[in-house]
Amino acid sequence: MTALSTLDRPAGEDSIPARGPVRRLSSWLHRHRGARLAGLLSAPLLWLLVAYLGSLAVLFVSALWTVNSFTGDLVREPTFANFRTILTEAVYRTVTLRSLGVAAAVTVIDVLIALPMAFFMAKVASPRSRRLLVIAILTPLWASYLVKAYAWRVMLANGGPVDWLFGGAGNGPGYGLVATVLVLSYLWLPYMILPIYAGLERLPDSLLEASADLGARGGRTVRSVVLPMIVPSVIAGSIFTFSLSLGDYITVQIVGGKTQLIGNLVYANIGAANNLPFSAALATIPVLIMVGYLVAVRRSGALEEL
Amino acid sequence: MRTTRVFTALAAAGLLALAGCGDGGGATGGSGPGGIKPPKIDKLASLGAGEGQVNIVAWAGYVENGSTDPKVDWVTGFEKETGCKVNVKVAGTSDEMVTLMKTGDYDVVSASGDASLRLIYGGEVAPVNTDLIANYKDVFDGLKLKQWNSVDGVAYGIPHGRGANVLMYRTDKVTPAPTSWSAVFDANSPYQGKVTAYDSPIYIADAALYLMKHQPELGIKNPYALDDKQFAAAVDLLKKQNELIGEYWSDYTKEVQAFKSGNSVVGTAWQVIVNLAKADGAPVEAVLPEEGATGWSDTWMVSAKAKHPNCGYLWMNHIIAPAANAAVAEWFGEAPANKLACDQTADKNHCTTFHAADEAYFDKVWFWSTPVEQCLDGRTDVKCKDYAAWTQAWTTIKG
Repeated sequence: MTALSTLDRPAGEDSIPARGPVRRLSSWLHRHRGARLAGLLSAPLLWLLVAYLGSLAVLFVSALWTVNSFTGDLVREPTFANFRTILTEAVYRTVTLRSLGVAAAVTVIDVLIALPMAFFMAKVASPRSRRLLVIAILTPLWASYLVKAYAWRVMLANGGPVDWLFGGAGNGPGYGLVATVLVLSYLWLPYMILPIYAGLERLPDSLLEASADLGARGGRTVRSVVLPMIVPSVIAGSIFTFSLSLGDYITVQIVGGKTQLIGNLVYANIGAANNLPFSAALATIPVLIMVGYLVAVRRSGALEEL
Repeated sequence: MRTTRVFTALAAAGLLALAGCGDGGGATGGSGPGGIKPPKIDKLASLGAGEGQVNIVAWAGYVENGSTDPKVDWVTGFEKETGCKVNVKVAGTSDEMVTLMKTGDYDVVSASGDASLRLIYGGEVAPVNTDLIANYKDVFDGLKLKQWNSVDGVAYGIPHGRGANVLMYRTDKVTPAPTSWSAVFDANSPYQGKVTAYDSPIYIADAALYLMKHQPELGIKNPYALDDKQFAAAVDLLKKQNELIGEYWSDYTKEVQAFKSGNSVVGTAWQVIVNLAKADGAPVEAVLPEEGATGWSDTWMVSAKAKHPNCGYLWMNHIIAPAANAAVAEWFGEAPANKLACDQTADKNHCTTFHAADEAYFDKVWFWSTPVEQCLDGRTDVKCKDYAAWTQAWTTIKG
């Protein structure tokens, strides 16, 4: 049965006898466009609805529950007690603002490093070294996150390489907020470089030439031609660096000294206190922040760059 | 593993309260709140032939058959000798242990102080007939029939080992050598920014222990039973301590490295961490300060629904046998439960280092218990802060 012959044949008038169950199924699917579509999309839709939106829904619902402190059992009676605690206790506000600050700082640092790097890769480097550079950017992603974070812990140690760079033991940042921003910037840098690189690669060289022909110097070209065209890519990258920093708790645990971010609070309440509902309530904070951020950048076209 | 189990130790909403109330008021008869008694479950009367296998829930490092390190194996010999094949499920948390035991698929569990009473009162574990455990007679008396492994004088488990949370310091940076927890709590400490503390809500008990001795007017009798006023005082002390802290630790490799580099010079540690730091060349020492310390202790328990009770008993007898107990204690870094184990350790100083036979030492140790509303010290006129409150306070302390 060729594709052509089946196409020609009106639906429902199957004159060719079906020979096996597979053949029968395929011809049935061919005649039923809806079933075909359903078969194709049901798995991803199930994934999206059950695994993704479903788990988010469970998160929100369980945030309304509490835990019986004597038995550790869940009490499934809706109450806003968890949210009330988060809104009234000053410490949660402080930690939220601190997390936002860290995420913003990491994003800014990554943009500043990624822009020239990505520009060099896309527009200056030869095709051969471009490939090598892409590989170089990607290699750190192959190593375990933990290994990299602990390596930074050693580098930032009292009298370690970073201290030495600043001229002696104790001169470096040590462990704390600065160290956290530094390490997170390092960890998420590839996620910023790659979208910007992809955006710059799509930027036609002819535009740069036209700009030069019109008498613009380098700086002017960057300001008036390059930057406006890669803003969506930068925002796309910032979604990665921002959300990854906002949810992180491991790096800050390793190099953050006594600093705590939202992720640490979530972890402490699940791991130690067995208080899943309170953790769920805390976890809605970054979700809401990210929803707000995505809504804000929606118009920039950044979401098409992801 | 120590890390996870610690987290856990805390994690479980324990029933230690129950035991606490038992201490205080025997008037109601039962030892639980409102006179709850554990469900009546018969202990195994006599030991039969092994069933061919045994299913164990344990902390990582407690059941080693040579697959982690070929030199570390106290399971293969047991299997050959008894014909009981050992199937082990490593649990990450006390909660997980309790959940696994509820399935009824497991015969034996290595429960920590907080999980054990939940298992007892939940009817998940049976009393242990200690007459059937030949090695039980050699267990240190200081570990037998304690709050976390017995109820009303009935043994519910076989003690495995114990350890204290000691005060570690850099000998070259901290002079004179500290003898008191003041070294980490004194607001005028010269070591500001280099002090470390254990990153867990249970650390609030360390502050309570300090206040017990230094502010007797608060009337703290048990660092795990704190009423509103006592709790506020402990939290307050820890908030002041936060100014001194360089970092909190929850992972022992992290602490070893911090002491080695000098990022931390004084703070709480386990003996095993002290040993690792010394082995790494860090000039450190540790003391049990004059106020005493907090600590931990584990117990092997047998399921009430055990399908392989005989193999379970054989295992419990094996794991506290001198050779096996010595091997676990050294691999894991703790004081063994069996006094004869001390002659079998590869490092002859192991028992001395870990104070295995030193009851006077452990008399000063308050083993971890999960704080619950029913005060562990037996008071019935006040409500104590439960573990959830401790966790939320810990967040505020760290800021």
